[in-house]
Amino acid sequence: MADFFQQIVSGLASGGIYGALALALVLIHRATGVINFAQGEMAMFSTYILWTLTTNHDFSYWPAFAVTLLVSFLGGIGIHQAVIRPVERGSQIRVVIVTIGLLLVLNGLATWIWTGEVRAVESPFGRRTLDVGGVAISVQDIGTIVVCLVTVAVLWAFFQFTKVGLALRAAAVNPAEARLVGVRVPWMLGLGWGLAAVLGAIAGMLTAPTNFLDPNMMQSVLIYAFAAAVLGGIDSPVGAVVGGLILGVGLNLLGTYVDFVSAELQLPAALLVILVVLLVRPAGLFGKPQVKKV
Amino acid sequence: MSALLELRGLEARYGPVQALRGISIEVPEGSVVAVLGANGAGKTTTLRAVSGTVRRSGEILLGGKPLRGGPEAAAKAGIAHVPEGRGTFTDLSVVENLRLGAYTRRDRSVKADVERMAEYFPWIRDRGDQRAGTLSGGEQQMLALARALMSRPRLLMLDEPSLGLAPLIVREIFRIVRELNEKEGLAVLVVEQDARIALNAAATAYVLEVGRVAVSGSSAELRDDEAVRRSYLGY
Amino acid sequence: MSRATLRTLLAFVALAVVMLVLPAFVNDFRAQQLAYVGIYLVALVGLNILTGYTGQISLGHGAFMAIGGYTSAILMVDHGVKDIVTIPIAIVVSGAVGVLFGLPAARLSGLYLALATFAIAVATPSVIKRFEGFTGGGSGINLFGTPELTASLTPVRIAGFELTFNNWLYYLAWVVALIGYVIGWLILRGRTGRAFRAVRDSETAAVSSGVDLTRTKVLAFGISAAYAGAAGSLFAIATTFVNPDAFPVALSIFLLVGVVVSGLGSLTGLIVGAVFIQFMPLWAQSISKSPGAPAVVYGVILILVVLALPGGASGLVSRLAQRLRHR
Repeated sequence: MADFFQQIVSGLASGGIYGALALALVLIHRATGVINFAQGEMAMFSTYILWTLTTNHDFSYWPAFAVTLLVSFLGGIGIHQAVIRPVERGSQIRVVIVTIGLLLVLNGLATWIWTGEVRAVESPFGRRTLDVGGVAISVQDIGTIVVCLVTVAVLWAFFQFTKVGLALRAAAVNPAEARLVGVRVPWMLGLGWGLAAVLGAIAGMLTAPTNFLDPNMMQSVLIYAFAAAVLGGIDSPVGAVVGGLILGVGLNLLGTYVDFVSAELQLPAALLVILVVLLVRPAGLFGKPQVKKV
Repeated sequence: MSALLELRGLEARYGPVQALRGISIEVPEGSVVAVLGANGAGKTTTLRAVSGTVRRSGEILLGGKPLRGGPEAAAKAGIAHVPEGRGTFTDLSVVENLRLGAYTRRDRSVKADVERMAEYFPWIRDRGDQRAGTLSGGEQQMLALARALMSRPRLLMLDEPSLGLAPLIVREIFRIVRELNEKEGLAVLVVEQDARIALNAAATAYVLEVGRVAVSGSSAELRDDEAVRRSYLGY
Repeated sequence: MSRATLRTLLAFVALAVVMLVLPAFVNDFRAQQLAYVGIYLVALVGLNILTGYTGQISLGHGAFMAIGGYTSAILMVDHGVKDIVTIPIAIVVSGAVGVLFGLPAARLSGLYLALATFAIAVATPSVIKRFEGFTGGGSGINLFGTPELTASLTPVRIAGFELTFNNWLYYLAWVVALIGYVIGWLILRGRTGRAFRAVRDSETAAVSSGVDLTRTKVLAFGISAAYAGAAGSLFAIATTFVNPDAFPVALSIFLLVGVVVSGLGSLTGLIVGAVFIQFMPLWAQSISKSPGAPAVVYGVILILVVLALPGGASGLVSRLAQRLRHR
């Protein structure tokens, strides 16, 4: 029983990470209609920035964390303005290919700058475990869950209560009408990419202590995030978070208690989730079903 | 009185199609001007040209100064454009729609203005958190109007406010427009299919035909001229 | 026969003749590289049919190559089948899987299809490893120890000529490539090809012209998977080794890169794409020895092609040809 509880907690922690990255995907999809295949690599790159700051420049963790978020934010905006804006209104194939190109560039660049060597990243939460009612819970897991919750809460507050957040929401769904009230839509979309980059950075920095940092670190996390976003509904922020948590806990329990599904098969299991959801209920749990009749 | 809005030789095109072929319209300060005409005459395009949503050439003067740029610039300059189909943000709440209307304003009395809107449209008070998409057509039109007013515009542009609405509601909307014009001196440029109700509200009117001004004059003149009514206004 | 068809035929014959004689003029190592160009060309013809002509994005065609490669390897090692004979079998197997996959995939569109196929590409190595009994798991299957079945150890004698392994590989790859090219060309100029293009341009319009959407898409998937299977089979024979890491995500992505660079929807540019995939990593190394350099160059060129050169290489060529004609 204690084991079960432990698995739930660590499932929630991974789920939080998947949810954060899924939220980034949903944000970008809602704002610009793009599925950003490079989201994982952007997160990986941000994590390398954190690593460089703490290792080569003697930053302590949380200041480095903050700087990384800032750099990621600006980077996200920059990427949108430079490379996505020219193609976001065109055919879907072109946009997908651009984000794939971005994936390649970021992956290659990371290998170029920091080599493919696997790096260890210290966790700001340490490697201790807490005794909660006889169950050993890792502080890292708790810290991860807390950071994810805080992030989601801050983001929610931003969208609900600020003028810019409202403008972004408007620009995402009704860009033409938003322009009429004076919203600079292209900048709002860039802002969306910036925020998504921040979310990705957080996901990456929370993943690194357990998964170790190398250029391919986020590849499977991206797939889990895709599964979470699809499960929750590709346009639903709530769905992304809930989907992430369900997936995290579900995969963990599956991997622990079902013999056929070893740790190896968690990735294909996520793939299965994607395929089943897209075929059975493409709108996901929280999305609005779209009628497309041909 | 000087003109608030002056259009001189305004042309506009949708790709290869020339929609406006040189239009000249004046909206004096504090007056209501109607733009009438059949479908495809270029009425909606005129408003789009002013707010910069369509490619245009020719002169547009707002308060004597040239108006350049896209819709964002027009909004900042004090033009509130209520487009065809209302343009409400259906996924957002009523209050959020109103807050967006005030986007270009930097002062602090936005909240007070939401109250002010509730005076013109009392139902807003109770239904502030309701999703705009669940409102009736008439309520959405009124919300669109209220949203436009939130920006404290110099010029209000309405595109076919009567479209798809019951006559009773249309009359109510135009009553409110007239009240705004009389009480607050708000200048209004309204595009309408329903010539009768537009002429009742407007001081002057321009009738467009195939992208050009065919007839113009005071509403009284146009109303009394049977030939004009028959050929251009359909009644 | 129309002028265009005649031109294409002549170009093809010229290409065939050039490829036939080329090994006499290049060294053995170069022959091996060119063999790989041929292998990639096979995969690209198939992917182009799916993505360029039918408009279905696939980021997972490396998985079909894996199926073809493993089919050949398992047949050779476990069942003693001669290498060349495994190729048509691999084609059929991957084609069948392609059809099976195409059935649900036909219901996904654009971004979702890209997402699903991407997930497949990432998950493929894991699936391969999990079914260890079949696939040899992480350590893969070694073809090197089966001399009677492949040419890797003993030289091949054909019509009195003795060929080195690389030359034999070169001819094998290019014969398959040229045959594949011809078949592709025939498929595309017929009614099937028109149906493909109709689906790409507008699904609604296609349906109203009587095109069976599902059948067309499934067919496109099956055909492109068959081509990928052939390429995978050749790949296995060429590298004499298959393991899960031989078919990483990068492979699927590079196939897409090849198709985009050559110009989606045109057979002529595909050779450029295949050459690009094979030789670009080497050229990238001249910029920087870092293993990350090829990926950066691939990515930059991909983005540039989309932003600046939508027609890819073949678009460029046809625009140049137009300009020359108007002199």
